Amino acid sequence: MKKPMAGEEAIEKKGWWSAHRWLVWRRLSQVGVLGLFLLGPALDVWLIQGNLSASLFLDTLPMTDPLLFLQLLATSGMPATQAVLGFVVVLVLYGLLGGRLFCSWVCPVNPITDLAGWMRRRFGISGGWRGDRRIRYAVFLAVVVSAGLSGLMVWEWINPMSLLHRGLIFGVWSGWLAVVGIFLFDLILSPHGWCGRLCPTGAVYALLGRRTPLAVSAVRRDACTDCRACHQVCPEAAVIDPALKGAVKGVGPRITGMECTRCGRCIDVCPDEVFEFDFHLPNISRVVP
Amino acid sequence: MDDSSAGRSQGTAMTRRGLLQKGGGAAVGLGLVGFLTWVGVRSADAIPVWAVRPPGALPEPDFLGTCLRCGLCVRACPYDILTLAETGSGVAPGTPYFMPRKAPCEMCPEIPCVKACPSGALDHGLTDIAKARMGLAVLADQETCLAFLGLRCEVCFQVCPVMNKAITLEMRPNLRSGKHVHFLPTVHSEHCTGCGKCEKGCVLEEAAIRVFPHATVKGSLGKHYRVGWEEKKKAGHALIPEPLSMPVRRPGDGSALHPESFTLPGHLPGEGP
Repeated sequence: MKKPMAGEEAIEKKGWWSAHRWLVWRRLSQVGVLGLFLLGPALDVWLIQGNLSASLFLDTLPMTDPLLFLQLLATSGMPATQAVLGFVVVLVLYGLLGGRLFCSWVCPVNPITDLAGWMRRRFGISGGWRGDRRIRYAVFLAVVVSAGLSGLMVWEWINPMSLLHRGLIFGVWSGWLAVVGIFLFDLILSPHGWCGRLCPTGAVYALLGRRTPLAVSAVRRDACTDCRACHQVCPEAAVIDPALKGAVKGVGPRITGMECTRCGRCIDVCPDEVFEFDFHLPNISRVVP
Repeated sequence: MDDSSAGRSQGTAMTRRGLLQKGGGAAVGLGLVGFLTWVGVRSADAIPVWAVRPPGALPEPDFLGTCLRCGLCVRACPYDILTLAETGSGVAPGTPYFMPRKAPCEMCPEIPCVKACPSGALDHGLTDIAKARMGLAVLADQETCLAFLGLRCEVCFQVCPVMNKAITLEMRPNLRSGKHVHFLPTVHSEHCTGCGKCEKGCVLEEAAIRVFPHATVKGSLGKHYRVGWEEKKKAGHALIPEPLSMPVRRPGDGSALHPESFTLPGHLPGEGP
């Protein structure tokens, strides 16, 4: 018997908007970030220049991709001030918002792998390689080590994220092959294969977001009916259960797994409104036994 | 269904599975290091001869280790001459370059592209654009250069921003006509910034003068070479005693020769003229 698509029950119970709210905001954010970068070249309104590898907002605020920055450290030792400042800005920003918030709210590859994931669910494609999700940290190490060994930023020859974003902003089209490759890889060869298992940029953002004020929390976890809709849509499903089923072990309801991308899709598809976003600064008194 | 639920159902197989997966991670990592190093080795060559880096660019391998591919220099250029490279173009993907024949560097005194570079791939130490060394102009084709044909073209000389230093006109007799002079454009690497104005300005269908990477065209004397007349100038006097009066050795003039040591055709040894 065919299982209902994740979210169908939520739509019935809560209505379409409540079952798609965060998804819509997230797509708006992705389009918005891209639009912000495109305003310059398209309409000559230069709010932000550069691309996701390194940028300058309003001619003052620099941002540097943390993976590129670490490669830069590996190849050349001490980079110029602006690159360092940009890295610090990213460190603070995503330290507050949750590292992998970048992955689901900003990164241009996400809509592509989301589409592949949606098509998998829609057409019942279930097979494929499910390698250990820690492989991304090995890929991350490999990227930095090979940069150090060669003295070149070799990953940037094939980095799909920067190839795609640069392509969109600067009209450099040949990198799209990598994007098509990722779509097919996720669709046919491996579920959540790129973002969930291999991408070293995601690995760095995960490490940045080990402890962050913003997280999804299973606040009404006692209302959970085990429909598993959240597991069906979650790109990093391993992060859910420690929080959702943590009551018996005395674990709090906040999803603290650093791989959580804060996409909020679990909030959308849960028919019983178990999850919500939760923002609080670390409270020292809480960790005192 | 995702792997978390799949993992739970496997129970005791987890350790073996975990081991396999750990091995997988190491294999992926090592494979990637190998692959990327191969990519690096293949691409670490100098930039292709048709592309020129923006002013202040570090030497090519260092540049490839420092450039973030962000394109801020591209945006900073008021003349829009810079492009980010396509994958497979021969220039490392995403790195900036320009093609002088299309649009040369206008040599802005403020050097905005260098200022915009966040990583230092364009060296912030470059504050005088005349000190930029983007490449080196070379009069590559003497067969078509109008000056070499005896015409007074001089366009490259006139458009050069470091006029009369980076390119000078050297006079040489025109042996074809026997009464005219060639004004030959001559590049001096000491002053040439590699901006490419000359290549852009060349009036031919295909430019006779072109900008190339230094490594492609610049020769280098052996370290032990000394140019005599310069050493003489430095020392203020000749380095060897004034010329010895050397005998003129001319066939048929036996006066300066020991007859025994020199033989002319048709003469026997020892036989004077």
